[in-house]
Amino acid sequence: MGLLGKTKAELAKYATVLKHSEKEAAELNDDFEPAVVKEKSEKPKTEDGVVEMITCSSCKKEIPAGLMKKNLCVCPECGAHNKISAARRVRSMVDPGTFRKLKCKVPFVNPLDYPDYEEKITKLQEKTGLEEGVLIGVGEIMGQKAMIAVMGSEFLMGSMGIALGEKVTYAFEVADKNKLPVVMFTASGGARMQEGILSLMQMAKTSAAVQRFSEHGGLYVVCLTHPTTGGVSASFATLGDITLAEPGALIGFAGPRVIEQTIGQKLPEGFQRAEYLESHGFVDQIVPRNEMREVVGQILKLHERKRWSL
Amino acid sequence: MMREIDEKLRAIDTEIEELSAKTDDYAADVRVKELKSEKKKLLRQCENLTPADKVYLARSIKRPKVDDYINALFDDFFIQRGDFLSKEDKSIYGGIASFHGTPVTVLGHRKGRNINENMEFNFGMPEPEGYRKALRMMKQAEKFGRPIITFIDTPGAYPGLEAEEHGQANAIARNLAEMSSLKVPIIAIVTGEGSSGGALAIGVANSVYMLEHAVYSVLSPEGFASILWKDSNRSAEACDLMKLTAQDLKHYNVIDGIIKEPLGGIQQNPNKVYREIDALLMLELAKYKKMSPNELAKNRYDKFRYMDAAIIEAAKKENQA
Repeated sequence: MGLLGKTKAELAKYATVLKHSEKEAAELNDDFEPAVVKEKSEKPKTEDGVVEMITCSSCKKEIPAGLMKKNLCVCPECGAHNKISAARRVRSMVDPGTFRKLKCKVPFVNPLDYPDYEEKITKLQEKTGLEEGVLIGVGEIMGQKAMIAVMGSEFLMGSMGIALGEKVTYAFEVADKNKLPVVMFTASGGARMQEGILSLMQMAKTSAAVQRFSEHGGLYVVCLTHPTTGGVSASFATLGDITLAEPGALIGFAGPRVIEQTIGQKLPEGFQRAEYLESHGFVDQIVPRNEMREVVGQILKLHERKRWSL
Repeated sequence: MMREIDEKLRAIDTEIEELSAKTDDYAADVRVKELKSEKKKLLRQCENLTPADKVYLARSIKRPKVDDYINALFDDFFIQRGDFLSKEDKSIYGGIASFHGTPVTVLGHRKGRNINENMEFNFGMPEPEGYRKALRMMKQAEKFGRPIITFIDTPGAYPGLEAEEHGQANAIARNLAEMSSLKVPIIAIVTGEGSSGGALAIGVANSVYMLEHAVYSVLSPEGFASILWKDSNRSAEACDLMKLTAQDLKHYNVIDGIIKEPLGGIQQNPNKVYREIDALLMLELAKYKKMSPNELAKNRYDKFRYMDAAIIEAAKKENQA
């Protein structure tokens, strides 16, 4: 992308431009845009009227797509929490009509000149209707206003590159300015390899933003969903004031395969699952998907007031 | 390429050592001279190294380890052990020391000089306890207003069963967050290999430097190849693609500067490099002395916040054009 030829002075100039434009955006209080949260590929019935079936990832039973989606992708047969798209998750959480998307356009960057990377991203954007692996906006959860960020594993495994890191960081900064709590749903395989070291640096960038937000008294509720691993689990995903998890979600730093190879033995049943983490003291509560809205609403309500009074 | 050169160099070094033990042996003296000129020739071949060469050098067991740097650069070193929660993790080594009379906190990943040491120090791969120990030392440094100097040299955080059970992800995240707001200067030097979050977990610094042949990357080249191409044998290809050399990272604004190494790597003349690091630390600390505690934290926040701003803006411009 032609950065190799740029002098340090030229690069510095770019940096000031970004700082400036962000300041402006905040002052104008023009951070949000109305959003229609819709999944792109939503076809409960195929053209010839046959009911589309979805296979449960756990019990492998065929479930009618309509029923599965109505049930928030939780299998009605075995209760397994199948993957849910970011858009559907947002709809399941916010009060109808209250969600506005956070304006934060980050252009496509390809710092390693990774082959075919741009085509891959463009295709995913078309397919998923997402700009990146995270959908962020302001909405109300049971009447409580909050910054809501939902990662989508449908977008390159929710991996964190520059764009995703920038969006998450910006969300915390805007929430900080507007004194909003942050509700985050994580789902990610980790840092995005295709962007190299700059992906790694997103871990520091996002963690620093959480820290500043936290020092200013902000409430950060995070819900770990399947899977949350690698660079995301080792940054903003595990820095919440309140940490929830979905049943059966895989949560950890290293992948199970890497661990098995390293230690040369089989891992115990349920290793790195939400329940395992809960019993080892890294999760406040495991919350089923259909209760999530209520539980998060309750947490937000408990943090409404800064000071106690009777 | 570097591997073959390095093997030859090592053979020559061993032979020179053996021959030097013999006194009053004319033939031996001649042979030593020959060997030395041969060595010079070999070293001259090390002028243009490929990224894969640098990965090889960065991992070399002959490279100085964190305790070498601490001994060479600081006085009155007082080692600190334990995370004061459950364990002493030997893959993180550090404590309090004096740098030209100024108390500082120094710490780094600890690799070994041989297989036994490496087993003991877990090849420089910390478990959560190691990161928590590092954080304990750094928080203490903040309390007493000591600058922090870290040395990065790790294949990554340890991917083990207990490490996961004890919250590896959480320990790393906590370090990243807390380091970002510490109110004392932090200077990090990547001395060998800096791989993944395990490296960054002690690397959120106001200034980050790298040795000329050190590497710093999102994951090891083997891991990178294995994730993207499902083939860890393609690591040489990954090295070329990953932009993991000091020179690349300087270009991307990820690091502030490069510390020069002698031809063939730091092990050829470590003292020269120590002197350079010493001068560099003096300059850096003088610079940060002028900043207030809050300015120091803000300086660090902005560094990581806007590290990629230039790249994002350049892409925006390109899109508009």
